[in-house]
Amino acid sequence: MSNAGISAGNQNHPIKTVREAINEALHQEMERDPTVIILGEEVAGGAGCKGSDEAYGGVFGLTKGLGPRFGRGRVIDTPITESAIIGAAAGAANTGLRPVAELMFVDFIGVCFDQIFNQAAKFRYMFGGKATTPMVIRATAGAGLRAAAQHSSMLHPVLTHMPGLKVVMPSNAYDAKGLMIQAIRDNDPVCFLEHKLLYETSCPVPDEIYTIPFGEAAFCREGSDCTIVAMGAMVPRAILVADKLAAEGIHCDVIDPRTTSPLDSEAILESVEVSGRLVVVDEANPRCSVAADISSIVAEHAFSALRAPIKCVTAPHTPVPFAPNLEDAYMPSEARIEQAVRDVLGAR
Amino acid sequence: MKYSKQLLVEAYKTMTTIRQFEERMIKEFMAGNIPGFVHTYDGQEAVGVGVCMHLSDEDIIGSTHRGHGHCIAKGCDIELMILEIMGKSGGLCKGKGGSMHIADMDKGMLGANAIVGGGPPLVNGAALSMKTLGKPDVAVSFSGDGSSNQGTVMEALNLAGVLDLPHFFVFENNHLAEGTGDEYAVSGGIAERVRAFDIPCDKVDGTDFFAVYEASKKAIKHCRSGKGPYGIEADVIRYDGHFIGDPQAYRGEGELEYLREHKDCLKIFRARVTSEGWMSDTELDELDQHAADAIEKGVQRGLAAPQPSADELYSDVYSSY
Repeated sequence: MSNAGISAGNQNHPIKTVREAINEALHQEMERDPTVIILGEEVAGGAGCKGSDEAYGGVFGLTKGLGPRFGRGRVIDTPITESAIIGAAAGAANTGLRPVAELMFVDFIGVCFDQIFNQAAKFRYMFGGKATTPMVIRATAGAGLRAAAQHSSMLHPVLTHMPGLKVVMPSNAYDAKGLMIQAIRDNDPVCFLEHKLLYETSCPVPDEIYTIPFGEAAFCREGSDCTIVAMGAMVPRAILVADKLAAEGIHCDVIDPRTTSPLDSEAILESVEVSGRLVVVDEANPRCSVAADISSIVAEHAFSALRAPIKCVTAPHTPVPFAPNLEDAYMPSEARIEQAVRDVLGAR
Repeated sequence: MKYSKQLLVEAYKTMTTIRQFEERMIKEFMAGNIPGFVHTYDGQEAVGVGVCMHLSDEDIIGSTHRGHGHCIAKGCDIELMILEIMGKSGGLCKGKGGSMHIADMDKGMLGANAIVGGGPPLVNGAALSMKTLGKPDVAVSFSGDGSSNQGTVMEALNLAGVLDLPHFFVFENNHLAEGTGDEYAVSGGIAERVRAFDIPCDKVDGTDFFAVYEASKKAIKHCRSGKGPYGIEADVIRYDGHFIGDPQAYRGEGELEYLREHKDCLKIFRARVTSEGWMSDTELDELDQHAADAIEKGVQRGLAAPQPSADELYSDVYSSY
């Protein structure tokens, strides 16, 4: 475990958004390593058109500037063919490149899941360790932009379930940069899930290249009364709740696993051993989820430390609705997180 | 003589090795010495060999569930293949892949692939590496009439065309997708589909080694020279079932007997080289015997080999408990 998350932000470093931090990581790694390439839909944009040479730089601007800097040979606009994108990335990864493939929305894994879980994820094991597949699948994820059911899912539980994949979910700009550089250098396929609501959030981020190892949770707040585990866009919400409760004298550990595969279960167990109380906050649907998995790990390995039933604060088991009021009700709110903490504290 | 003796010997040696390898795998499977599902390549040898004779270890192929022949044609060690197919320690993939997942990166064998249509998108990636790294190599995907219907193959053709990738698409039309005929399941033609992507594609008699060899030579030259992808549709036959043990109830009366008499690529090769005076029956028989000996040695090694050690279950993948 480490404290490198939001709490460790060094105020001497320039403030950058998650979008800028990831973009900087991609620039620096492409500069350092000529085998790193980018491919996906509109990663530069405008191919075959009469307008700008870089019409998009990614629809959310994550790959902006890479096309002009490194050329279309390394920043490759593809047709809208996700199986071909992921397949090309996996095959290229097997043969000497380190591709960063973009799935515009993680929901689109539905049309290319074979290339992810049957192909890329299984090569190393299935081929007896002789194949490596150093690729990153970047995808925007999560609700909150009124993007409706097919552009808003959080699918880290599905990906975490697949042996051979690593799954990364940064919650802040500092982590996003360090985790992206680590992802590019990792020799396994890494799914890097970027929550849309976090892109414009910012914190101090060093200009220098640095990596954050996978499987090391960040303690964003520390306290011995309750353990809150939160992922992705739920981390800032959990922190706000923890800060509010701290003013009342209730002190919570807020643990951001940062990667759900590998998962730093040790950090979570150590915290629960002290607090005896666990609230897991996750935007994904609850059945067979990471929240359920973390609850199960704690129930199995720290049962005697628990002083209250575990609480999971998740989305309901429904698709993401469109209507703004319904979508707001779908996502775990600060009020629900706060209530869950008060519930586990009340169950003495 | 149009072809060197060395080439003829190499071609026949590899084809007869594949044929006898598959016949032996059928026997060993029936004897209970091979676990799981096995799909044999016998009948299609002229295609794998006619293509791969143009390739070096630097060139990459992506194969199918019917991949033993491609592996052998690409130079994989047959003893290590047998160990793998028997699920034994020391197999090409440590016994963790099996018949449907044989890969050998050192030989440019990117893997057999048990998902129909799974390979061509990956082979695009190998071709993309070659193009990006400025190598003169070529990447070859093997597909069948079955996978020609998969959307992934259409996507791969399109992307290969869009990016001008050095990808040679080889479609082996054996007219059977499991037990469903291409006349029923393929609307239109395979070569015509490839051409619709503005990728040149030739039809070739896949039972004639020399036809495949010449067509591949042209296609691979095209790919290596930076002109983008190329395709062939090889008309072939499948001798055995979709899998070993398949009763082949879909075959017509006398169909298999006819195919074995008239469409056997080894017989066709033998007739050609002996009638041209390029090789004698005795020379060919000797190559048959050499192959049989090598396979026998491999099978004995496979039968005697230990199973993978129990801790191999957990290696070669990230896991934590």
